[in-house]
Amino acid sequence: MATGSAVIPQVKPAVPQGRTRLGAFLAYCRRNPNLIIGLVMVLFLILIGLIGPLFVNVAQAQPTSVIPDQPPSPDLLLGSDDQGRDLLAVLVAGLPLTMRVGFIAGAVGLTIGVILAFIAGYQGGTVDTVIRLVVDTLLTVPGLLVLIIIADSIKGVISINLMALVVASLAWMHPARTIRSQVLTLRERAYVQMAKLSGMNGFEIIVRELVPNLLPYLAASFVGAVSAAVLASIGLEALGLGPQNEPTVGMTIYWAISFDALLRGLWWWWIVPIVVIVVLFMGLFLISAGLDEVANPRLRRSA
Amino acid sequence: MRGRYLVGRLVQFVVVLWGAATLNFFIPRLAPGDPVRERLIEMANAGGYMQQGIEQMVKAYDKEFGLDKPLYIQYVNYLWQVLHFDFGYSLASYPAKVVPLIMAALPWTIGLLLVSTVLAFSLGTLLGALIAWPRAPKFLRFFVGPLLTFSAVPYYLLGLIMVYVLAIILKWFPLSGGYEVGTIPSLSLPFILDILKHSFLPAISIILSAIGFWALGMRGMMVTTEGEDYMVMAEAKGLPGGRIFYRYAVRNAILPQFTALAIALGNVVSGSVLVEVVFAYPGIGSLLYRAISGSDYFVIYGVVFMVILAISIATLLIDLTYPLLDPRISYRSR
Repeated sequence: MATGSAVIPQVKPAVPQGRTRLGAFLAYCRRNPNLIIGLVMVLFLILIGLIGPLFVNVAQAQPTSVIPDQPPSPDLLLGSDDQGRDLLAVLVAGLPLTMRVGFIAGAVGLTIGVILAFIAGYQGGTVDTVIRLVVDTLLTVPGLLVLIIIADSIKGVISINLMALVVASLAWMHPARTIRSQVLTLRERAYVQMAKLSGMNGFEIIVRELVPNLLPYLAASFVGAVSAAVLASIGLEALGLGPQNEPTVGMTIYWAISFDALLRGLWWWWIVPIVVIVVLFMGLFLISAGLDEVANPRLRRSA
Repeated sequence: MRGRYLVGRLVQFVVVLWGAATLNFFIPRLAPGDPVRERLIEMANAGGYMQQGIEQMVKAYDKEFGLDKPLYIQYVNYLWQVLHFDFGYSLASYPAKVVPLIMAALPWTIGLLLVSTVLAFSLGTLLGALIAWPRAPKFLRFFVGPLLTFSAVPYYLLGLIMVYVLAIILKWFPLSGGYEVGTIPSLSLPFILDILKHSFLPAISIILSAIGFWALGMRGMMVTTEGEDYMVMAEAKGLPGGRIFYRYAVRNAILPQFTALAIALGNVVSGSVLVEVVFAYPGIGSLLYRAISGSDYFVIYGVVFMVILAISIATLLIDLTYPLLDPRISYRSR
């Protein structure tokens, strides 16, 4: 496998790959502490969803399971909301759901985007022009509003996975655009010409030569897509277009807004979702900032 | 050549609007359920009526809105109506029509967004340029951390925190709305001050979270520009620092910022919809929020179309004025 060869150009095929790659990875992390900090932040949030259910009764994330409107106390560490949800249970049950929407939508969006980017970038010509025009046009449209139309017409039946697909329907343009321009530069490289001369067909070249070299960009695009997807899903949910029975982060904000938690001084209701969202976005942002050097090796000189 | 670009750009503009209208038409019809029927049943249930008359009512409504005709005729009719800015009636506040509702809300949104976007764009771009400029004061760099943190927070969540701290705890600013309840809108000085006071919090939360984005983009471009040969040349000629900064560095580095502005407008509007909800600001966002919670479909479609129209016009203007900013591209065909 030629995986990651763009990251560590100094690797010689004869050297045992696993070890050097780990070493290079560690060296990379030392140069880019952002990546580690970001990863730790996101992992921490994932762990809340994984380990939390061992200590917290997730069933209390449903309405009328505890006394409503309680401030944080030893019994209810994060308090309870107006409809009697235990907000700690809401966090533990809802956070993984929100992150799942982000990851599914990000993955689907990235896959569609990458396929289009390869078709456009590798084929060129009319196909490229059409794809580029469509992407450029769609990028100027306010995504949330289009998603509102879609989500609103399936309001009653929306589930977590459906939500992810709705969000994914507009998550592919950005990956398509950035990766297309990378494909354009890569396809002129000598090793691609070499592969062509040695008789590989287009598909083989894409899978065996282009994709491995694009992995760092793909990682950076994925992080960006997840971040955008989470933002969009929380936005939809805050408008009341999310799955009504799921305690996701966005729905919690929606309930807090629609029950006037601000005016009534129920600060514990909305402060935790905001903190969680900020940690999540900061974490994803730091990861992508940490991956910047892989994506733009020129930064290495200026840094 | 220039004419060809213009024509291509205008075609793209028309295609976006046609796409938005088509989306508005087909997506609700692909979805399960019948919006008019659901809405009527909802209203009937709320009023405690029996459901017997509902079927006739649905038929009457279907006839009135032309929903009993074949799909393609409905579609052509729909496009014709959209072309005349006719989005039908509001279901929630019948017989009010959709367009006047939007027109009443639009100035608020445009005012808030125009001012805050222009401010965030100029301040962020200037800050980004200065951060990358070696001779700029060092203290500016301390802003980077906090601004990046703010830009990781969606507009409306920053708004929530600001409402709580500045309006509820400190009571420095009014809590919500566009002007003091009970005052009559007029062009007098007190009323304008009142509007400014009410728009301060929503505007500042948009500006704070957007400024980091513009600063980062500008910084990146400045760093690249500073490496160019003509910068070295300008230094070597002994040009004054201010001239190099504005005419050589910023003048070149700022161009991609305008392209980014055209793309970012969509996100700005999406974010500000929720800001208006948080602040109960009487603009498009609040109208949309009420329409969604009241299942007022025609208002939702109308708002979405009008906003896409507004943004398309804005990006079209940005694209068309771009040759003025960058003379190099004016005669190149795309």
